[in-house]
Amino acid sequence: MTVQLRKKGNVRERLIRWLLLGCACVSVATTVAIILILATESAVFFREVSILDFLFGTRWTPLLEPRSFGVLPLLSGTLLIVIGSSLVALPVGLATGIYLSEYASDRVREVVKPVLEILAGIPTVVYGYFALTFVTPVLQTFFDGIRIFNAASASIVVGIMVLPMVASLCDDAFRAVPRSLRNGAYALGATRMEVTLGVTLPSATSGVVASFVLAISRAIGETMAVTLAAGATPKMTLNPAESIQTMTAYIVQVSLGDTPAGTVEYQTIFAVAALLFAITLFMNVIANRVLRRFREVYE
Amino acid sequence: MKSLARRRRLALFFRYVCTLVTWAGVLLLGLLLYHVSRQGVEWLDLEFLQSFPSRFPERAGIKSALWGTCWVISFTALFSIPLGVASAIYLEEYARKGRLARWIEINLSNLSGVPSIVFGILGLVIFVRTMALERSVLAGSLTLALLILPVIVIAAREAIRAVPQSIRHASYALGATRWETVRHHVLPSAFPGILTGVILAVSRAIGETAPLIMIGALTYVAFVPENPLSPFTTLPIQIFNWSSRPQQEFHYVAAAGIIVLLVVLLLMNATAIYIRHRLGRKPGR
Repeated sequence: MTVQLRKKGNVRERLIRWLLLGCACVSVATTVAIILILATESAVFFREVSILDFLFGTRWTPLLEPRSFGVLPLLSGTLLIVIGSSLVALPVGLATGIYLSEYASDRVREVVKPVLEILAGIPTVVYGYFALTFVTPVLQTFFDGIRIFNAASASIVVGIMVLPMVASLCDDAFRAVPRSLRNGAYALGATRMEVTLGVTLPSATSGVVASFVLAISRAIGETMAVTLAAGATPKMTLNPAESIQTMTAYIVQVSLGDTPAGTVEYQTIFAVAALLFAITLFMNVIANRVLRRFREVYE
Repeated sequence: MKSLARRRRLALFFRYVCTLVTWAGVLLLGLLLYHVSRQGVEWLDLEFLQSFPSRFPERAGIKSALWGTCWVISFTALFSIPLGVASAIYLEEYARKGRLARWIEINLSNLSGVPSIVFGILGLVIFVRTMALERSVLAGSLTLALLILPVIVIAAREAIRAVPQSIRHASYALGATRWETVRHHVLPSAFPGILTGVILAVSRAIGETAPLIMIGALTYVAFVPENPLSPFTTLPIQIFNWSSRPQQEFHYVAAAGIIVLLVVLLLMNATAIYIRHRLGRKPGR
């Protein structure tokens, strides 16, 4: 009797184990599916357009005659957003992280941390609305020649959007630095700023760098805010007052339009998405590597 | 060597800069909320919640969008929560620290960084085309479920990891099997943490726009979904549609929609923060 029960239990235990393993594999299957789909669908595109023309062409007019499939204008649009949002998010995020870990009292942390979480939880379409109806008009009153759709305003809100992530990852990185390192510097008579910039920051470099890379990767993949605020005119410019188009905004434009599926014009979204995926994946892999290394140092 | 007074002044200045910058961030949230509510509050009334979208801004409402969001999010939660929690249980309680577990782990952290629009493309090809679900609630919620899956797994794993090892040992010592231990001891202890993570993940899904646009959710829908295969729109899509119109009035309508969306999200966030605060402190649980 006991033996029988034991066996029955074993079967059930094993079944559950396999079931759970199956669930865990869904995420792996997702990644595999993404890669397969992007590869096969963009292969269809690259049968018509040479990969060199795609990667190094400087005109992107897939929906208009004469057609041209050079992705560089979309890349430069994305780059412009990345530069602009980094100018906002990286210094501000780092300073916030320093303040939270080195200066703020526990009570202040209890206020600021949830606020940052809420900022991080606001949908990107809301940021897009904010850019369009608030940031752009404000910019227009201060500077001449700013278009209704412009890269500057989109960059600013994307910067605000990724700021909480930078701040909280920097905070974590600083808190992982052992007290004893700081105390050593204090004992030598350093001020708190000297300790922070001379001892804590260098020890936390990898965490800070990882947060920067992740922020940039998020900015590259950001979609709705740039679709709403940055415009739909792919062009090679580094002038933030102009209207541009990013890779993500282009994909949205096509899927909102009435381009028939299966045509070369339509397949462009898979090629652009594959490029987008490759870039963000590359950056995430780097960031995760750096993060893992820094965790090993102090744990 | 700089004089002591100068070093002190510099240190003070640095402190002020960091403080100022941080509070500027907090102020920014206030500014955003103030701007949106000032623009939209006049357009927000019961009628706005109960009418369908319209080409006349004063008649436009979010009935279909609200119902669409409810439908899509319910199914998203239904798919993603069991899958995510099960994956987390496997990785924390069952997997040996071998190559497979490490693989899944690396894959999860990378997957959580994939832009949401790429998930939209995945949904478009697999659910809309291959499985022929068309532009339905089901296709949308399956896509969103895959999108928030990594977030749920990562949060649930942290919650499970925080359960003291002694609880498991006690259970094993009494002769419980692995699953019995998980089911009766680990999961109940980890529940508040898992719940917090799940709420945050689902609130992320509520705000997602790009993947649903990719799978072809419609921007003009004047009906409420009737079953999982109905076409749909959601609140963020409706807001996007109104924001992208040139007329000023539609921007106010969009702001009113944003207020509704943000109230829902803030309530969920507050719940999550509250749960963590209340239950995270109890020693030993």
